[in-house]
Amino acid sequence: MVGTTQYLVLGAVLFCIGVAGVFIRRNAIVVFMCIELMLSAVSLTFIALSRSQGSIDGQIFVFFIMTVAAAEAAVGLAIILSLYRRRQTINVDEFDLLKW
Amino acid sequence: MSLLAIGIALAKAVIVFVCLLLCVAYSTWLERKVLGHMQVRCGPLRVGWYGLLQPIADGIKLFFKEDIVVSGANKFLYILSPMIVMIAACASIAVVPFGDYIDVFGQKIYLRVADVDIGVLYIFALSSLSVYGITLAGWSSNSKYALLGGLRASAQMISYELATGLSIIGVLMHAGSLRPTDIVAGQDIWYIVKQPIGFLIFVICAFAECNRSPFDLPEAENELVPGFHVEYSSMKFALFFMAEYAHMIVVSALAATLFLGGWRGPVLPGIVWFMLKVFAMMFFFIWIRATYPRFRYDQLMKFGWKVLFPVALLNIVVTGIGMVIWG
Amino acid sequence: MEQQLFWLWGGIAVISAVMMILKRNPVHSALCLVVVFVSLALLYVLLGAEFLAAVQVIVYAGAIMVLFLFVIMLLNLETEVRSQGLSRVAFKACSLAGTGLLLLLLLGGGAVKALRAMAPEQVSGVPGNTQAVAELLFTKYLLPFEVTSILLLAAIVGALVLAGKRD
Repeated sequence: MVGTTQYLVLGAVLFCIGVAGVFIRRNAIVVFMCIELMLSAVSLTFIALSRSQGSIDGQIFVFFIMTVAAAEAAVGLAIILSLYRRRQTINVDEFDLLKW
Repeated sequence: MSLLAIGIALAKAVIVFVCLLLCVAYSTWLERKVLGHMQVRCGPLRVGWYGLLQPIADGIKLFFKEDIVVSGANKFLYILSPMIVMIAACASIAVVPFGDYIDVFGQKIYLRVADVDIGVLYIFALSSLSVYGITLAGWSSNSKYALLGGLRASAQMISYELATGLSIIGVLMHAGSLRPTDIVAGQDIWYIVKQPIGFLIFVICAFAECNRSPFDLPEAENELVPGFHVEYSSMKFALFFMAEYAHMIVVSALAATLFLGGWRGPVLPGIVWFMLKVFAMMFFFIWIRATYPRFRYDQLMKFGWKVLFPVALLNIVVTGIGMVIWG
Repeated sequence: MEQQLFWLWGGIAVISAVMMILKRNPVHSALCLVVVFVSLALLYVLLGAEFLAAVQVIVYAGAIMVLFLFVIMLLNLETEVRSQGLSRVAFKACSLAGTGLLLLLLLGGGAVKALRAMAPEQVSGVPGNTQAVAELLFTKYLLPFEVTSILLLAAIVGALVLAGKRD
């Protein structure tokens, strides 16, 4: 029997790897993938807690997270595509028009 | 779980896998033979009686060919991708029930490798993973034709996966379960009678998912050489080739389970009925290949998104209304 | 048994997640992320949520990541060039993430304790099967469920407007 705590720790570790990835990487698509990883880590936490609480509500939330992730992927990739068309790059450091 | 149960489970898995590989080998023979006769030729004749040893000869030939890894290829992915395709195709057969049960020494043996609660979803999950094998094969070969084939394949397969998923929802609504055995048990009348449009969409999408003609654009010979597997040779090519037929068999078995009553039928034992239905579906696949020319790529995408997808949605709505009215 | 499986799949998930942020080729990163998603799905099975495990593989691995791969191949991205001050940035990022992890663990520990106090850990009570999820989804959470459909519609329109050809 694996305790809930172990799953929560795993979720936290994955989440933090995602955060580190967002900081380290400069490629917009990879940054975006790191965000997906963070979402997934949270899903794991939800499911682990739903088991420990003996209710399915947590799983429903994961269902909604997946829907949001799918919508986000579609819109995000579309944004990245149109950025690439304008600037011929997807390095996030290059997009600094709003910086001064 | 007792030792006996584990032994039975292992034996079932091995037997089913070996049978699947045999069926794959002989469906290549079947395809050449049927195509031959449809085109007023004889098909393979030389090796064995009516060419029955031809698949084995082909296998030996492929086995002894030189195994080439293209220079500039991404070696790890290049080797991995045929494996992904093959594993995804073979593992799907695990949840298909091909009979009720048989008695062996007083031991009830159910004729399915696994009876999973989410069996239908499991098959879809695996088939969605097989997209990676094809896409990566195209990408890792470091060749423009292969890359174009891989890109086409990924776009085609994710587009048609949607319509496939929607087309079987009518069946799932009737059966009220995702477990293949429950779906078979629910078919006192075959679901093809209640869901003719669903069946039609499912079959069309199955052609596209298996990259079979008329939707074989990822490997369209006259535009892309043979598409995503142009740089593969020897056993790696054979794995792609076998995976295509294994995928066809799995899809035929799925169609038989979901729409044609699975292993149920009068007089003959269940497993014979099941084989007959799978064979009929395979024959249909080959028949279509001999009949229709290939689609153009934009036609394929338009057909998938603007015809199949809305019709499948409409089918679900109509099924729902029908179920409310007639219970 | 469950313990070993947890360590195996958890380990695979963590290792491939680390690989994902270290690999410079975006295609490799995407594949590592697929491995993470599949091992997470296996963990969901361990937790008794088979339906979500299947949906996780179908939606994340089968649709979202294929879309990512498709875009990466479409743009034909070169491997990322490391900028000059990267090691400094990486050090900062890692220390930040490490602190965050510690904080998260502490908060999480507190939350688990609070939850334990609220309800005793009743582990095997959840039939994480399709029927139970469906029942809850179409009764208690019907409104949010319908709202997600609007969200998806908006996403489709948005994606088309952003990425579609301008004539």
